[in-house]
Amino acid sequence: MEAILEKKLKVEELRKMILAAEGFSIASESDNLIKNIGPMEQAFPTGTFPLGAIHEFISNDVEQAAASTGFISCLIAQLMQQKGPCLWVSIGNRLFPPSLGRFGIAPHRIIFINLKQEKDALWVIEEALKCSSLAAVVGEIRDLDLTASRRLQLAVEQSRVTGFLHRYRPRRAQNLACVSRWQIRPLSSRLDGKLPGIGRPTWLVELQKIRNGKPGTWQIEWVSGRFHYMDKPAPARKEIYTKKAM
Amino acid sequence: MKRYVAIWFRHLLTDRLAKQQPELKGLPFVLAAPERGRMMIQAVSPEAAVEGIRVKMVLADARALYPTLQVFDFEPEGAEKILRRLAEWCLRYAPLASVDLPDGLLLDASGCAHLWKGEKPYLREITTKLRSSGYDVRVAMADTVGAAWAIARYGKVSPLVAPGCHVEALLPLPPIALRLETAIAERMQKLGLVQIGDFIQMPRVTLRRRFGQPLLDRLGQAMGTISERLEPICPVVVYQERLPCLEPVRTRKSIEIALERLLQTLTDKLAQDSQGLRKAVFRSFRLDGKIKQVEIGTGRASRDCRHLFGLFKEKISTIAPGLGIELFLLEAPVVEPLDAQQEKLWIDGGAYQQAAVSNLLDRIAGRVGYGSIRRYLPDEHHWPERSIKLATSLDEEPARKWPTGEPRPIYLLPKPEPILVAAPIPDYPPMSFTYKGKIHTIRRADGPERIEREWWIEMGLQRDYYRVEDMEGARYWVFRSGHYDQEQAPEWFIHGFFA
Repeated sequence: MEAILEKKLKVEELRKMILAAEGFSIASESDNLIKNIGPMEQAFPTGTFPLGAIHEFISNDVEQAAASTGFISCLIAQLMQQKGPCLWVSIGNRLFPPSLGRFGIAPHRIIFINLKQEKDALWVIEEALKCSSLAAVVGEIRDLDLTASRRLQLAVEQSRVTGFLHRYRPRRAQNLACVSRWQIRPLSSRLDGKLPGIGRPTWLVELQKIRNGKPGTWQIEWVSGRFHYMDKPAPARKEIYTKKAM
Repeated sequence: MKRYVAIWFRHLLTDRLAKQQPELKGLPFVLAAPERGRMMIQAVSPEAAVEGIRVKMVLADARALYPTLQVFDFEPEGAEKILRRLAEWCLRYAPLASVDLPDGLLLDASGCAHLWKGEKPYLREITTKLRSSGYDVRVAMADTVGAAWAIARYGKVSPLVAPGCHVEALLPLPPIALRLETAIAERMQKLGLVQIGDFIQMPRVTLRRRFGQPLLDRLGQAMGTISERLEPICPVVVYQERLPCLEPVRTRKSIEIALERLLQTLTDKLAQDSQGLRKAVFRSFRLDGKIKQVEIGTGRASRDCRHLFGLFKEKISTIAPGLGIELFLLEAPVVEPLDAQQEKLWIDGGAYQQAAVSNLLDRIAGRVGYGSIRRYLPDEHHWPERSIKLATSLDEEPARKWPTGEPRPIYLLPKPEPILVAAPIPDYPPMSFTYKGKIHTIRRADGPERIEREWWIEMGLQRDYYRVEDMEGARYWVFRSGHYDQEQAPEWFIHGFFA
């Protein structure tokens, strides 16, 4: 019996080591800063949203970019409440700060770095990710290569800052050293009762790639500070493709 | 204790001309200007002086003495211009340099000489440097401006007057050495007062009656009983450190060592006065007389040596050492109070975090400039473009709450872009709109939210904003400009994207 227990412990230890080698930091209680994200948690290998790692978001048009920005804002809102300020690096910033209040962020606590060149942006993102006093770094950058993404990943492993790379219309969609790749699309909002108007922010969240986890697709509504999962399973695009193939 | 250096350029204008035209060296020449219808000599080269030519001679008389005399035009403001440039150059020796017309410079050298290992080598350094650049100078150092001035021009023994001995050194000098008007000096000479020692013991009242107050003032200034202020050529920076090199240096490593040492002493000085620097300038004086400088700024007052060094480090490569750098100077022109407690707080808790972030921002600003770092605060305007303003510092908190009324789009276009719409009924949201060639059929809409233009700022039409959602679920912020008008179709614009 004892031998089995020991084996189990050992396997658990090894699993943690593998996760650490893959860029996921070992989850501790204090690390679990992003809570209440519901069923999505099961997609992650550690059972919690991976912090101290780089997440990649891809948007192919401006509507998707707005949705991705909203989704990222929801995530960093929780981080900022508990850890500190956030750096938002972008080229030609279009973000309208007053809108962030809706996602639980005090807009004046975000420091924006507005740049002209991608070269500078990459440098700033890397420097920022090395600064452990930041809660999160959002980098709006169009293209970067594997080597650059690996450098960023190394930086966060030291500092435990969470990085969000938002790639708007990337020229190439190659593999990066990020732990995950997301694509967020806007979805028709739901209405409460029969009131006219527009509902809350609603997205089709697609986790396309997650290292050592289970990719998935969810329909999420942002309801007063937390994610609300829609009942209907998402009519994912893949289904449409299969129909066509038939 | 104060120490002053007086530099006397014996042939300032002619030396300058000989420097510009080397073929004139060793030849007698003069500078002349018209005065009351004749050409009067204003400056004489040493060789011409040997021939008996003096200042204020008529040019024709001088030509009679020496027929092949070369004559150049005299510029009245020339001396001041040259002296000003020389004074700037002399800033490497002292923090305060002042122009002493018509032919001298005065430096406040208090506490500077030890950097050159004593006053003697200090004076020798100044003299040899100026002489090797072609100026015939006499330099003297004393406790008062007046004494230094007198010894430089009339001293016969040693140019270096030991601290406290200046009165003694003044005694054998002629009265003119007190910077008197020529008329007074001549009158004293006539009365047999040929040395300062002859009248220094006389009752002040008698001296005033015979020669007037100016003599007493000048005497007091030379003896140090009346204080004298120098007029600096540029504002004096309080926090300033200099480091001369024994041998000119050229390597990056040695520049870094010099910078580190200067930063250490400067930050110690700042710590004593509870100050932190906001801006620092690092100057390198090159052998060929050029000055190379780099500048850094910090977002908040700092005296953290390592951080400041890090900021400079990125820019050291822009210092071209040329033939070598002989002196380094570091100054902090902008400082702000920063007390020791504040520094301690940073070690734990939120303030430490803030320090780390502001250090990061300084580093970013060093590469891309402070203009690219922005924080936004709410402003007292409803007009969307004006509803936010830039924060001026990292600590500034919003003066009012962020508005929580109607939702605002997460992306706002810098300029609203026109769209084509199909709107069925007045004051109703559109049924569809075309933006960038794509038709969006509207499924849901909310609005209108009317935002009036602020007429006290600008004139124009008000906007009726609608939030609309198309069939694909994307949400937009569109508005109609102005009232609905039957005769003229209203203009519609898209202004933002909701998440």
